[in-house]
Amino acid sequence: MRKKLNTIEEGKFLLSGNEAVARGAWEYGVHFAAAYPGTPSTEILETIAEEYDEIDAQWAPNEKVGLEVVAGASFGGARVLSAMKHVGLNVAADPLFTLSYIGATGGIVIVSADDPGMHSSQNEQDNRLMGKAAKVVILEPSDSQEAKDMVGEGLMISEDFDTPVLLRLTTRICHSKSMVSLGPRKEVPVKGYVTDIKKRVPIPSHARDMHSRVEKRLEDLSAWGSECSLNRIEEGDTSLGIITSGISYQYVKEVSPEVSVLKIGMSNPLPWNLIEKFINMVDRIIFVEENDPYLEENIKSRFLIQADGKNIIPIEGELNPEIVRKAVLPGTTKEIAFSEIQLPARPPALCAGCPHRGAFYCLSKLGGSSTGDIGCYTLGLMPPHNALETTVCMGASIGVLAGIEKAVGREGMGKLVAAIGESTFVHSGITGLIDMVYNGNTGTVMIMDNSLTAMTGGQENPTTGKNLRGEPAPVLDLEKIVAACGVKHIRVVDPHDLPEMEKAFKEEMNRDELSVIITKRPCIMAYRPVRRNMAEVDPEKCIGCKLCMNLGCPAISWDGEKPEISRHLCWPDCDLCVQVCPVDAISKDMGGLT
Amino acid sequence: MKSVTNVIICGTGGQGILLASEVLCSAARRAGNDVKKSEVHGMSQRGGSVSSHVRFGKTIHSPLVEKGCADLILAMEKMESLRWSQYLAPHGKLVVCDLEITPMTVNTGHAEYPDVNAIIEKESLPVTLIPAVEIAEELGNLRVVNVVLIGAVSPHLPIDEVHWKQAIEERVPPKALEVNLEAFRKGRELFGN
Repeated sequence: MRKKLNTIEEGKFLLSGNEAVARGAWEYGVHFAAAYPGTPSTEILETIAEEYDEIDAQWAPNEKVGLEVVAGASFGGARVLSAMKHVGLNVAADPLFTLSYIGATGGIVIVSADDPGMHSSQNEQDNRLMGKAAKVVILEPSDSQEAKDMVGEGLMISEDFDTPVLLRLTTRICHSKSMVSLGPRKEVPVKGYVTDIKKRVPIPSHARDMHSRVEKRLEDLSAWGSECSLNRIEEGDTSLGIITSGISYQYVKEVSPEVSVLKIGMSNPLPWNLIEKFINMVDRIIFVEENDPYLEENIKSRFLIQADGKNIIPIEGELNPEIVRKAVLPGTTKEIAFSEIQLPARPPALCAGCPHRGAFYCLSKLGGSSTGDIGCYTLGLMPPHNALETTVCMGASIGVLAGIEKAVGREGMGKLVAAIGESTFVHSGITGLIDMVYNGNTGTVMIMDNSLTAMTGGQENPTTGKNLRGEPAPVLDLEKIVAACGVKHIRVVDPHDLPEMEKAFKEEMNRDELSVIITKRPCIMAYRPVRRNMAEVDPEKCIGCKLCMNLGCPAISWDGEKPEISRHLCWPDCDLCVQVCPVDAISKDMGGLT
Repeated sequence: MKSVTNVIICGTGGQGILLASEVLCSAARRAGNDVKKSEVHGMSQRGGSVSSHVRFGKTIHSPLVEKGCADLILAMEKMESLRWSQYLAPHGKLVVCDLEITPMTVNTGHAEYPDVNAIIEKESLPVTLIPAVEIAEELGNLRVVNVVLIGAVSPHLPIDEVHWKQAIEERVPPKALEVNLEAFRKGRELFGN
């Protein structure tokens, strides 16, 4: 068996940025970590749980709770880490902004994994702006080695300067691999909890002092930042100077290794003395940074310099070597030997066997649609279902449905229901449901319970009966929670029982009171099926009616006249195509065990 | 010799692209190189397009291959082989698994699966088609398609055979090792030149 990484104390390994952060947490003595899964940050806690038993790690119901628990552990003198995707920091913003005033007893590192290019996100927010607004330290690694090292630097800064530290990663850091030197774990004792009311209760009279301390802290850190190794000048040809940070630094070094570079590793507070030195050293400056002009606006407004930046580098999307080359060394683009070919898109689809397919198939068949949420089931918007039409943020499906009813009434709402996964419901849907009950809404909320946080790769949550380490945990009873909120009409349906699913929609959509349908069937990633049987089409019986194509199942393709079912993709425990075929041309023995 | 080798491995979710790129990285590392690789997880799984960039050589900065610079593109699906054409270097090679997987956009009638052979001819793409699925079927294990393809591209990369084999040993579970090494050998022998 492969050795766990906590048995290895030296050598160089190829690690992803996320794996490197987990390693950094271990090497630099983190005691406790909590997170809610979110691409591209999820593997940080997963790696800690798999490889580093010395760290007590857990999934939180949402990012706010994750950060609060971590804050408490810091108050108790433990070194702590919390991880989240960029939009998760919005959820955790409330504790973040005041934790900045309170500071850290045990070191606090908060990982924000931003997603330039929106590979798996609903917006492209640049959390350097959040970190600056919260007046916390921001560190930006440019590869996996720095990701590991900056966890250590961050904990040290956090304890020395009494501040939370935001470790700002991006998808390209989280999910690219580069070489990392490993070291042993440095055990740091837990300091213990000591009552300190003036430090930890920000009533206005305390908070005013706290704020003064924060402003002084930023000044001290800026001065320190000009001397420390996190920020550095790499002197080259001084006719051009590039100011850059994060992954953009690697693109700059790739395309123009000869220019002078100011590499910013600590982007809040900025190291003003070092920046001034660099400005005086070079003839011309270009800011190379992804997404918002954070460095550019801050540095230009302080030193009133002329420089290129977002006028030649896009604000939208990820950077890459081509974009940086075009901006920094115009006229040197590589020869493109082969032209671009227009191809059909290959978007993601609900897996073969996905429990959500039955629900969306029925909703679509009835001419219904949904206010949607964040999860695999957001794919309900795709053809052939076309059964999801809004998405705002985690939990918003319920509030949005309630608001549509407020605007246009029960009639105007038509056949819209709210569609939300069980993990998202626990994250921040419960409060929306309480709002609907409290404020007299009608309408139907569909909680799609597949017993797994699936879109992020399959994580446990409070409804699954297991914790982050796979150990047994109490199961949150969704029916009881919904009933306790005051919902009178609750039904639990297997979404792959199409007649029952359709009946549930019809009856609940016609009801003049609030109702909740819980569609309950496990995600295909949550278990191994015992059956091995695959669906087969009898070409003699098939009439080519294409009803099975309305399922949008990736295992079913159309050969021009008849469907073909891939034996490699078909899921043994699913018979939706058998159910929808009007002439029994598709068969599958659902009773047969191997 | 060139100081950096650029490879893109592409295909669709669930085809073993990440394992293939792990094997390549491990082999390149064993051959004494600095290595970086980059891929995107999350929504791109669930049957969507997936790609992995691998770069190795003396010192690597960018984890992404630049357009016009890929020495080798390994495509595990025919249509996906065309998606990265602009990344191929003028001297580059495009090794393609002879397998078509129809995307949902085609199944739902929103698009047509292209005539890939005709496009390859029209664009003069330097393609080698590999019947890796047939070879894997002959070996009795469809899960080794990706290793057959690794075998087929291995002679085109500056990495010794011994490092490839060690990398496969490292990445594959012991009970599946023999069939994977056989898949590698077949791919390397039949299509290596």
